[in-house]
Amino acid sequence: MLDVKTYNSPIKVTWCPGCGDYGILNAVKSALAQLEIHPHEVMFFSGIGCGSKLPDYMNANSFTTIHGRSLPIAMGTKLANHDLHVICITGDGDGYGIGGNHFISILRRNPDIVHIAENNMVYGLTKGQYAPTSEHGFVASTTPEGSIEIAFNPLATAINGGATFVARGFSGDPKHLAKLIMAAVQHRGYALVDVLQPCVIYNKINTYDYYRERVYKLEEAAGYDPADRDAAWRKAHEWGEKIPIGILYQAAGVPTYEEQVSELRVGPVAKRQLAPLTGAQADALRREFF
Amino acid sequence: MTIRLAGEAGQGVESGGAGFASALSHGGLWLHTYSEYMSRIRGGLNFFQIRASDRPLWAHTEGVHILLAFSPEAVTDYGPHLVEGGALLYDDSLKIDQAAVTRRKVQLYAVPLTKIAQEVGGEKIMANTCGLGALAGIVEYPFEFVADVIKKNFARKGDAVVGGNLKVAEAGYKVGRDQYAAKFEWKVSPLKDRPDRMQINGNQAIAVGAIAAGCRFMSGYPMTPASSILEFMAGHAKKYDIVVKQTEDEIAAICFAIGAGNAGARAMTATSGGGFSLMVEALGLAGMAEVPVVIVEAQRPGPSTGMPTKTEQGDLLFALFASQGEFPRIVLAPGTQEDCFHTTVRAFNLAEKWQCPVIVMTDFYLTTMTRLISPAEFPIDRVTIDRGELLTAQQLDRLAEPYLRYKDTPSGISPRAMPGHPKAVHQTCSDEHDEYGHFEDEDRANRLKMAGKRWRKFQHIVDDLRGPTIYGPEGAGLTLMGWGSSYGAMREAVDLLNARGTKTNLLHFVDIWPFPEAQAAPLIEAARQLVAVEGNQSGQFAHLVRAVTGRRADRMVLRWDGRPLSPEYIIEQLEEAKVHA
Repeated sequence: MLDVKTYNSPIKVTWCPGCGDYGILNAVKSALAQLEIHPHEVMFFSGIGCGSKLPDYMNANSFTTIHGRSLPIAMGTKLANHDLHVICITGDGDGYGIGGNHFISILRRNPDIVHIAENNMVYGLTKGQYAPTSEHGFVASTTPEGSIEIAFNPLATAINGGATFVARGFSGDPKHLAKLIMAAVQHRGYALVDVLQPCVIYNKINTYDYYRERVYKLEEAAGYDPADRDAAWRKAHEWGEKIPIGILYQAAGVPTYEEQVSELRVGPVAKRQLAPLTGAQADALRREFF
Repeated sequence: MTIRLAGEAGQGVESGGAGFASALSHGGLWLHTYSEYMSRIRGGLNFFQIRASDRPLWAHTEGVHILLAFSPEAVTDYGPHLVEGGALLYDDSLKIDQAAVTRRKVQLYAVPLTKIAQEVGGEKIMANTCGLGALAGIVEYPFEFVADVIKKNFARKGDAVVGGNLKVAEAGYKVGRDQYAAKFEWKVSPLKDRPDRMQINGNQAIAVGAIAAGCRFMSGYPMTPASSILEFMAGHAKKYDIVVKQTEDEIAAICFAIGAGNAGARAMTATSGGGFSLMVEALGLAGMAEVPVVIVEAQRPGPSTGMPTKTEQGDLLFALFASQGEFPRIVLAPGTQEDCFHTTVRAFNLAEKWQCPVIVMTDFYLTTMTRLISPAEFPIDRVTIDRGELLTAQQLDRLAEPYLRYKDTPSGISPRAMPGHPKAVHQTCSDEHDEYGHFEDEDRANRLKMAGKRWRKFQHIVDDLRGPTIYGPEGAGLTLMGWGSSYGAMREAVDLLNARGTKTNLLHFVDIWPFPEAQAAPLIEAARQLVAVEGNQSGQFAHLVRAVTGRRADRMVLRWDGRPLSPEYIIEQLEEAKVHA
């Protein structure tokens, strides 16, 4: 195991005291330390939002991008250099709202990418508007009479869309979350870890206490088998009195996207030495137009 | 002379035209082909035209000498394009609008194409072949060249199909030659010298340039007229070691390319104006985060969906200024297929050297029109690949100080490391950042330092850019000034005007932004009468030239009806405006 401090960044964390993102940051560091993944072997991608500052607070490669676009940028990197461990950090607005098309598209592709979604069910950085995952009736600055929309269900969407690893964590339980992140990193394929992350300022409903009363661990539930997609589908819709956390679904043996790209079988394209084509190659290319 | 085939989508206009072009090219003729099609898969009205000559061609011309029409609409719409004495060749069963052609003293050659196809070949579908045979007969082009193309093109379908088509083509040829050749004054003969030449369009030339430059990654979303670059690259991915990805939208397309470019693979995307609009936010990301990426913007008439299968040069100022904020970018606009090839190679080098987005502007016309070009113009194996200040693993191994991704340097270029090296752990950042790459989006001094560093790159990029191409006599009374795809039309207009005694030259710009002021300004200043020639409504390049140099164009020849500039159009507009040298 590596020293967790390996991943410490000199940057002062600016999240609000009590923010659920602290638990996620600690869990991420702990997972990487336990897996002995060095800072240069991993690359984080994030978009915009409170939680998207997480890579700035880590000593590791990262690309802090624009709102909603970390998934396609990460996938471009993965296809260019699949030697890197790639971890995307999105919020719920970033990952499921503005980046929604990229979310449903990556599910079908199964790249070996970990997607940690900090789901606080509200827009925090822009100071309290409702989010795609806000519950129906959620009162926010832009929904003074309560949200008319129903909440987006990322887990059901992921299972339905073809994801091969779907988990939910709780930032109030960073040790459990670290285990989920470790499993996600070790999973070969796209791995979603949706994290219940209280926003202590703008979400007075989905609080630490709210979750502590409700969450239970699937690995402790008798007879639950994450390989059972139908069971996972049912668990993905369980919300209210009881909220399951843990690995809802994991498919084994599905090839990753990059494993199926023939050009990548001999190694990452980013690492090729570039040189002009040979005379014979050039002739062949020109002859196509004769 | 110009031959045009026209009919509905699905009637074989494109494939027949391409086949006939092959027959002509094998006879050593120089060709320019150009097609227009409607935004639909079946029906509508399409044309494919071939201009053939015994000397190299640079543009299409407006007049059509012989029109092979497969539908009545083709006659109604394109009949008026026939020159006096030209001929309309059509199936005698078509009910055509004769008024569209007869008042222009056009000859009508009604041939029973379908009947011959049925009787000789046993298939009505061979009527096209019959028409092409008749065409060759009318212009008295030797049948053997047509036969060779038929043998080659139908070989996959078996001997019976080849034999049937050959018989039908020959029957058509005989009718054309025996009944009409004597009345038709234009002829096409094979040349003695028949070297191998490349018949290539702008999109293909860009793709070949990208392959030559070592492009390792392309992402894109289908959009006319850019799609064929993505298709070509996908078709050649395995052979030339390129990862090609069709994405969910254009936002993803540029994001994939930025992710790959940042990881160290030469990366590109291609789109048209609508897709480029979607890419704009990520374009700014590439500027701020200093990620090399090549973006092809194949223009079509806008705004919005506009005219999807027509041409325009209406996106220039948009490409120059798209995105919030200020950052270095490079905008290049090749004028010919040769330019497309060389410009694409340069685009990859410039993107990596200056660590910024490079936009290559083409348009529908340049992407689809083909010319015959000597293979020597495509020195694929002799290109320069310059990756700029990209640190090798060995250089990074020896690094004594902490690696700074955005190191403040005199040139503004910060040596780049591919993510993955233990000594070069770093952050690539969209927010304003410090030299390491950490967020620093409040501090005033840091902002001035980093924005200053990026701007220094912009100031130095221009040293790598080129002034305009000059064609025509020095000291001309009239100077045409254009950019991008108008080169061919301007060049032929210059030749025609000089032949008439109007001393004319041209300035053609490929490198547009940063504006190559040092080379261009004296030439623009020296122009006695400066005529801006552009495929847009407002004279966008003329605006740019005036903003940078202070020189206002004396005249503008503009075209924005969706059709490409042609030599005749330029001359006609000058005459209407009574512009003389």
